[in-house]
Amino acid sequence: MTGRVSIPRITRRAWKVWYRNLEVFFKTWKVNFFPPFIEALLYLLAIGLGLGTYVREIDGVPYVNFIAPAILGIAVMNSAFFECTYGSYVRMYYQKSFDAMIATPLSIEDVIAGELLWGATRAVLYVVLMLPVLAAFGVISLPLSLLAIPVAFLGGLMFAGIAMCFTAITPSIDTLNYPSFLFITPMVLFSGTFFPLTVMPALLQDFAYVVLPLTHIVAILRMLTLPALSWVAAASLAWIAIVTVVFCVLAINLMKRRLII
Amino acid sequence: MQDTVRPPDPRGNIIEAAGLKKAYGSTVAVDGIRFSVKKGEIFGFLGPNGAGKTTTMKMITCVSPRSGGTLSVFGIDPETDPAGIKARLGVIPQETNLDPDYTCYGNLISYSRYFDIPRQVAEERAAALLDFVQLAEKRDVTVEKLSGGMKRRLILARALINNPDLLILDEPTIGLDPQARHLIWEKLRSLQAQGNTIVMTTHYLDEAARLCDRLVIMDNGKILVEGTPADLVRRHVGEEVVEVETTDEVIACLDGMKIPYEHFGDMLQIATGSSREIARVLLERCQPKKVLTRPATLEDVFLKLTGRTLRE
Repeated sequence: MTGRVSIPRITRRAWKVWYRNLEVFFKTWKVNFFPPFIEALLYLLAIGLGLGTYVREIDGVPYVNFIAPAILGIAVMNSAFFECTYGSYVRMYYQKSFDAMIATPLSIEDVIAGELLWGATRAVLYVVLMLPVLAAFGVISLPLSLLAIPVAFLGGLMFAGIAMCFTAITPSIDTLNYPSFLFITPMVLFSGTFFPLTVMPALLQDFAYVVLPLTHIVAILRMLTLPALSWVAAASLAWIAIVTVVFCVLAINLMKRRLII
Repeated sequence: MQDTVRPPDPRGNIIEAAGLKKAYGSTVAVDGIRFSVKKGEIFGFLGPNGAGKTTTMKMITCVSPRSGGTLSVFGIDPETDPAGIKARLGVIPQETNLDPDYTCYGNLISYSRYFDIPRQVAEERAAALLDFVQLAEKRDVTVEKLSGGMKRRLILARALINNPDLLILDEPTIGLDPQARHLIWEKLRSLQAQGNTIVMTTHYLDEAARLCDRLVIMDNGKILVEGTPADLVRRHVGEEVVEVETTDEVIACLDGMKIPYEHFGDMLQIATGSSREIARVLLERCQPKKVLTRPATLEDVFLKLTGRTLRE
């Protein structure tokens, strides 16, 4: 067993794992397609219209338009993160699916890469289903907001990679609750989602930009949906790309260490 | 990954292992074993829990990297081309790991994709395999609704979806009722008749005696003996066994006649070439309470070599 982190050797067989998850997802599409619609609606009604009657505008933008990209960003984060924590953990530990897969020409690198790609795809599916709802309410600009779809894939891959690292080191399914409420829940609130980061102390603003991945996702999405494009998007994209590569490589290495003994 | 076609092992062996070793930190699970598996035979690994059988299976199936020694499967080193080996393997794991999100048929089809089997071929094979393991009428049932025996049979069908050259079975009949075990045995026999090579581990010594052409008994990571079941019984125990209830009189009597015996629970066991003769002598001279004669079995060999201490 080598203690070092190595560049994983992934083959095109990873897509077979991805396809397995996709097929199962579409088998129960009625269950899976419903939540994005409902979630978008609930956010728009409760926070947008409810809270929006008091807040009205932020930086000259109607409040409901301000939070629309946050709804998308949170969906990207949640769908990819929970798919690759609880979903992957169940497939790995309870269903022993990974064991069954690596008895075939698939390697463990292929299996985990397939799971990560699937996590990213879930984020894409979620956003694709939410966009029509947001568009119907007229709170996002078109066609620029369609670029949220590729952003969802990249952001989804990032959260899938981070999630898979937790899955690789968690002693049990219960301890996955820690990253959920210590990492995900704070991000929902403090990543420039429902209020601009500028209202917070400078130190917290820096913290959000340096450490919280959702900050960058929401920032990019907001530039697309308002629209208010700026070169800052490139910095956020670069931040996301680096973090994605680091965590996906780390996740595959950690999973290899957990499963190949 | 490249699919290199290599010449088969010159000795016609499917698996060749020498000095094969697996260590986890300071614990040695497999301690330098040598064995070879010939084409077309059923080869068994026997041994108490923790003997290193499953670890050996995992090294053969390219799931666990070896710590030392050499290993080749189909003439290929698992370190250089695991996918090439695994494409030709059928693996039955100890734990049931069918996909609960699919039906019986769906399990076979989704598994076939991992082997790059074209859809149409996979569909034909899946239907034929469900027939083979007598699950055709359960085709569209989700696996959670299957009994334990049905699940094991479906795993056997799944392991055959790629027409493997070598089947690796880790405790294939664990927890099954006698009917289900006999069905699995029958299927394994017919697979062997079709030219398959089969490697299996088992705790059931009657199963090993019945199925295996050759077997090894392992303990503490080492191979203790190797041979055909009948050979091993003859070599290590003898033809027959006489069991007699333990009493002080019987012990004194046997000691007096210098007949060697062993304590097995509340019975004394005497391995012999002629059980009738020993039984007659016992009945005439030792006033035994209970005497039983029977042919020697693999279980006698197993217990003699690995002892009676309980393993965890």
